[in-house]
Amino acid sequence: MATFTLTIVTAERQVFSEEVDALVAPGIDGQLGILPNHAPLMTQLQPGEMTVRSGNDETVLVVTGGFMEVLNNRVTILADTAEMDSEIDLERAEAALQRAGGLVEDRPENVDLTRALQAFQRAQVRVGLARRRGRRRSAATPAVPGAPTPGI
Amino acid sequence: MPSTQELRRRIRSVANTAKITRAMQMIAASKMRRAQDAVVAGRPYSEHINSVLSHLAAIERGSDDTSVQLLEARDVQMTGIVLITPDRGLAGGLVTNLTRTVERTIREIDSPVTVVAVGRKGRDFTLRTGNELKAVFQGIGDYPTVEDTRPISNMVIELFESAGVDRVLLAYSRFVNTVVQAPAIDTLIPVEPADLSADEAVGYIYEPDPITVLEKLLPRYIEMEVYHAILEAIASEHSARMVAMKNATDAANDLIEDLTLELNKARQEAITSEMLDIVGGVEALK
Repeated sequence: MATFTLTIVTAERQVFSEEVDALVAPGIDGQLGILPNHAPLMTQLQPGEMTVRSGNDETVLVVTGGFMEVLNNRVTILADTAEMDSEIDLERAEAALQRAGGLVEDRPENVDLTRALQAFQRAQVRVGLARRRGRRRSAATPAVPGAPTPGI
Repeated sequence: MPSTQELRRRIRSVANTAKITRAMQMIAASKMRRAQDAVVAGRPYSEHINSVLSHLAAIERGSDDTSVQLLEARDVQMTGIVLITPDRGLAGGLVTNLTRTVERTIREIDSPVTVVAVGRKGRDFTLRTGNELKAVFQGIGDYPTVEDTRPISNMVIELFESAGVDRVLLAYSRFVNTVVQAPAIDTLIPVEPADLSADEAVGYIYEPDPITVLEKLLPRYIEMEVYHAILEAIASEHSARMVAMKNATDAANDLIEDLTLELNKARQEAITSEMLDIVGGVEALK
């Protein structure tokens, strides 16, 4: 089966670079599914989840906006920030969500509402994914304490 | 000639200094390596954003009824300089080399200049030379993230868009290699995208549309440029400090050698004169 190369980079590091079968990304106008041999495309991304499928494996990442370029079976994502779901710290994400929520509600004068809303949206995406992962993990954890947790 | 006691004290003191400079040298070396790694890690992003930008800019040039502010060169009434320097000294000639270049540039610019200083040394320089100081950013640290440097890029974008400045230059020390750091002055805004060679041109589908993507991309690009320059500056700082501290350690060790030689001479002299005294005493008793 045909595959394409997916590279996810941020200004700080390369987060992901592998041959994959399919990708679902949060485009600015809605979810975008990318399969091999897609036409050249350049799009803005909005904060959201990105699902990468290769074989039977599915990887979920959170991006907080950025750009995606599809060209000649190479997909490059220039992300503002990108995290694998295993990297998200639920407690921190929840704290950030609360903080952002507070800002959006109180609207202090020195805070830009657009930015506060963006922060809120980013935090929501992170928390949403981290919570779901938490459930999956606790359901899959064996009852024996200290037994290794299966990886995702 | 100083007494042996005096010499011993000086040797001990110089040896202590050498220990400190040696420690600083090793710290700088490890920080330099990390800073270099960060520069390399950011390279894929910068390469991609450059190529994307070239594509978009080609489209922007092709259409005549649109103009994107951050690409637009206008009459320069006021120049902004983002001056990136270390917070701390003991880095040899690094800061002096950069500020000398900046001073020359300021003299050559026709318009008035306002400086956004990143780092304490840059602030000191600006105040000392009596240039206008727009803002100071301090305490960026040795391992900044884009999050840390974003306020700087946001500020210069804001300055440009509000017509507070008509051009922004980026002044920093470029990391060439461990012993060479070159002062660099680049134009940050208006952004000058690289030209696209014909075989690279691709008809992309744009979402939502090219100009919107371009307008969203440019602030990211500027952010990345500032971040990158700061990483280079940090790598330069630590490599310059490493070399300076190595020289200091070597000089201290040379000094210790000289002093030890002197000490041995003084000690031998003392022994000789003591023996002469004893011999003299014995002679006198005969």
